[in-house]
Amino acid sequence: MPLSLLIVQMLNGLQFGLILFLIAAGLTLVFGVMDFINLAHGVLYMVGAYFAATFIALTDNFLLGLLIALPLALAFGILLEVLVFRKLYERDHLDQVLATFGVIITLNEGAKIIWGASPISIAVPEALSGSVEIMGGIGYPVYRLVIIAAGLLVGLLLYVLVSHTRVGMLVRAGASNAPMVSALGVNIKLLFTFVFGFGAMLAGFAGAMVAPILAVEPGMGDNVLILAFVVIVIGGIGSIRGAFIAALLIGLVDTLGRTLAPFLLMAVLDPAAASQTGRALAPMLIYLLMAATLFIRPAGLFPARR
Amino acid sequence: MKHLVSRLGAAALAASVTMTAGAAVAAEAVKVGLVATLSGPPAALGQQIRNGFELALKELDGKLGGLPAELVVVDDELKPDVAVTRVKGLVERDKVDFVVGPVFSNVLMAIVKPVTDANIVLISPNAGPSVMAGANCSPLFFSTSYQNDQVHQVLGKVAQDRGYKRVYLLAPNYQAGKDSMAGFKRDFKGEIIAESYVPLNTLDFQSELTNIAALQPDAIFTFMPGGMGVNLVKQFRQAGLADKIPFLSAFTVDESTLPAQKEAAIGLFAGSNWAPNMDNPANKKFVAAYEAAYGAVPATYAFQAYDAAMLINKAVTAVGGDLADKAKLRSAILAAEIESPRGDFKIGNNGFPIQDYYLTVVAQRPDGKFQTEIVEKVYEDLQDPYAKDCALPAN
Repeated sequence: MPLSLLIVQMLNGLQFGLILFLIAAGLTLVFGVMDFINLAHGVLYMVGAYFAATFIALTDNFLLGLLIALPLALAFGILLEVLVFRKLYERDHLDQVLATFGVIITLNEGAKIIWGASPISIAVPEALSGSVEIMGGIGYPVYRLVIIAAGLLVGLLLYVLVSHTRVGMLVRAGASNAPMVSALGVNIKLLFTFVFGFGAMLAGFAGAMVAPILAVEPGMGDNVLILAFVVIVIGGIGSIRGAFIAALLIGLVDTLGRTLAPFLLMAVLDPAAASQTGRALAPMLIYLLMAATLFIRPAGLFPARR
Repeated sequence: MKHLVSRLGAAALAASVTMTAGAAVAAEAVKVGLVATLSGPPAALGQQIRNGFELALKELDGKLGGLPAELVVVDDELKPDVAVTRVKGLVERDKVDFVVGPVFSNVLMAIVKPVTDANIVLISPNAGPSVMAGANCSPLFFSTSYQNDQVHQVLGKVAQDRGYKRVYLLAPNYQAGKDSMAGFKRDFKGEIIAESYVPLNTLDFQSELTNIAALQPDAIFTFMPGGMGVNLVKQFRQAGLADKIPFLSAFTVDESTLPAQKEAAIGLFAGSNWAPNMDNPANKKFVAAYEAAYGAVPATYAFQAYDAAMLINKAVTAVGGDLADKAKLRSAILAAEIESPRGDFKIGNNGFPIQDYYLTVVAQRPDGKFQTEIVEKVYEDLQDPYAKDCALPAN
């Protein structure tokens, strides 16, 4: 396995991990601050992708479409919070799971009704549609590099927001001990709404960014949701830093696993069997990682609550 | 005791109902059950099949073999268990005379038994798994499409003829994917540098594309149907590989995916038994009628469903409406000569067509729509390799 191939595959893993981070960041905050299991987070990712697809098609301009879609995703998240989720904070986790699962089904069907069942395709913006030679003559799509840059930027933004602003301090305090924050006179309802809306916007941003690469279709958020939960379990609930590290870890393990597993298995199996077995084993690695983390550090790598 | 007696009574009633349900009815109308994937991402393919069949019915004034035709359409949701339930409904409740469908091979394998056990003719306008073509062939099963391996075989021959020495294979990890690689290898004698199977419904191929860029094969062969093909083609073009490595494909770039793939697919190759630009009167009429009715370029799914309707029409005419005699019906179907948009073809002893195959390339029409166009004929009157294992006679 040449070094250049390994490095480019690590880039792939990094890109995948950063998208996961964008989705998991909102999820971990909501779970950490509000103790609310939000299965509907995956559909917020899908809704962001659909909004972006619609407005990019309408305005014929990628950046403009993206800029319109983001506040809409925020508004949509806040709407869901006010209409549905606000009533569930006091309830049992199982009730929250049932309710948000219902939201998933409703929104998936809604997407199918509004936009149709066929996948929608949007083109990568012209300026970003080429590829650059990374090393060893392997071209890497410019757009994916943009995704990596955007993910890192958002990560930095979140770090600054959470560590160096008053709002961030309240969020961290809420993740640590929400009743105490409320007792100290902070408008906890407003804080919750803000956290939820911001998380929805992050997920929507992730959806909007991947829309040109992956087909936008109903149900696209469901697989991603499972991985997002794995990320926050490994990273520690309520911790953005944990979500970042865990997401990158999972992105790398998944991508490198997919590449290396068939390669390693070819030593013992024939190429076709090695490829099939390797590709089947690779996703298991993520769950093995989660199991190992829970065994060694049950609260995750960087738990917010001590 | 009373409880037991009433339960026995109910069982006896149920048994007698199912026994009489199979009795032949003199045909006053022809009922056809169409099963296709009409929801989810692959819905576009099922829709083409439905459109093609309905177009044929319209041309025949709503009649098959001179008898009024009734069409019942069910959605298999690409789930074999759902398909079985719905097809059983067609067979037992709707009492259809023919079942036409499905799109996907895994659904076909699930519905074959319920349909053939009820002694009903099954015509597939797309799926053609090798399992149905050899020793397990059924006298009630026919295909207006092809045996899956054959399309892949076309690309293997092209790769061999064009002197490609090192080829990378990419397919999804299910029966049709495995068939595709086996089909490609039939006539290709060069080196297969990798056989890469990806999970069904993979959306992001960046990993595989990176491997391909690193290995630098002479060509890649792929079978990546539906939404997977849309993503693969777009990402292939985005990775800058479309100009460097010849892309030989089966069922990956066709008129159902081209509206989403658009310019990304131009110049990519495919294998097929037909293309919309084929120059014969039947095809010109069909393509024009399809575009006028549905506003889109037809794909193979549409014309094959159209042919299925025409085949039923010819066969029912030939047997004079006697749909109960399945042996006579089979002979009529095998002997039927229809004016197909693909030109002349025969149906072999295992129910699969013996026809010509072509290399096609994606191009943009002057009106802006995308279609595949014939490059060259690769095989003439090719029969699938499993036909010799089928014990059924050819007429």
